[in-house]
Amino acid sequence: MKSLWKTFKQGIIYENPLLMLMIGLCSALAVTSSVANGLGMGLAMTFVLLFSEIVISLFRKVIPNSVRIPIFIIIIAAFTTMVDLVMKAYFPDLSKSMGVFIPLIVVNCIIMGRVEAFASKQKLMPAIFDSLGMGLGYTWVMIAISAVRELLGNGSLAGIPVMPASYQPILFFILPPGGFLVFGLFISFNIWLKGRMEKTAKERA
Amino acid sequence: MELAKIFLVALLVNNVVLMRFLALCSYVGMTNDVGQSVGMGFAVTFVTVLATAATWPIYNFVLVPLGLTFLKILVFILVIASLVQLVEFYLKKNIPGLYAAMGIYLPLITTNCAILAVTFENIDYGYSFIESIVYAVGVSLGYLLAMVLLAGVRDRMKTSPVPKFLQGTPILFVASSLLGVAFMGFSGLIK
Repeated sequence: MKSLWKTFKQGIIYENPLLMLMIGLCSALAVTSSVANGLGMGLAMTFVLLFSEIVISLFRKVIPNSVRIPIFIIIIAAFTTMVDLVMKAYFPDLSKSMGVFIPLIVVNCIIMGRVEAFASKQKLMPAIFDSLGMGLGYTWVMIAISAVRELLGNGSLAGIPVMPASYQPILFFILPPGGFLVFGLFISFNIWLKGRMEKTAKERA
Repeated sequence: MELAKIFLVALLVNNVVLMRFLALCSYVGMTNDVGQSVGMGFAVTFVTVLATAATWPIYNFVLVPLGLTFLKILVFILVIASLVQLVEFYLKKNIPGLYAAMGIYLPLITTNCAILAVTFENIDYGYSFIESIVYAVGVSLGYLLAMVLLAGVRDRMKTSPVPKFLQGTPILFVASSLLGVAFMGFSGLIK
């Protein structure tokens, strides 16, 4: 149980796919102009990651090693198609505002990376915890980035206005260049935090 | 005229990297020197146009008549992956000079999201075959442009004093943000 918890924590902080491993960046910048989009993308990712890892972990002994990559891609593509169709049917507005980025989950390096590095070698339970950890790690960073951008660029959070009426929204932050800037500052903060954590760990030792 | 508009919008107004955040992995990873970024840019251009020429007929003449349009994601990714493999084999055997120039980039391209995105958008926007090809050329030349621009900026940055808290990866994103601001100026180009 303890090792499962550790696997779970890895994805949320120490091996956070966006901030630490810096993979799967495209969608992280493109859809984070509002909290609703960031959350929707995070959940869609987590769903695809969870079910791909479950299926691949269950079939890991049957999949021949030499053709594993095409098989992984087909499995991931199947779950991505499901998400795409469900979003189109039940959340048409959300689906429209995210556009091509939902089908693009299929080439998101986070999923391929975790499936190849983790699920294809591990039992079912660790794979589930790994996918949930990575998925949540992805989702919270998405929500954090989109919260900053929506608050500054639109004066609201998840569509609810929170800034005083006299606040003049800085449109820059919901436009594409703002996404680059906010993400750059996030990584900068993260590098600083990591340095601090290593320093205190050294002092303690 | 319509074609010129599609081309310009794809190249400048909606630049694939700076305005739409596609293909960021290679944008950050492959712009260490200008030569490398040019090689990658042309390899992507080549594969994007080929992928468009392959997926558009498959979608419109196979998937649509059979009523299998929901398999789009699955079919396109497999077509692109096998196409890249075929191109690699062909170049290696018949045009070794070109293979030496862009062969190393080809495996990286299979999961380049810009290429897959172009093939999906050609369908979503309802483009004809000619329009699709023009769109593909525009998008991928836009990618080349952004790659070369960032590689140039990075070249200059090697000798400039970067603030300590932005050193390394963060400054790349700040620089891209500024490039993006410049590209927003193009939005007045098309009404």
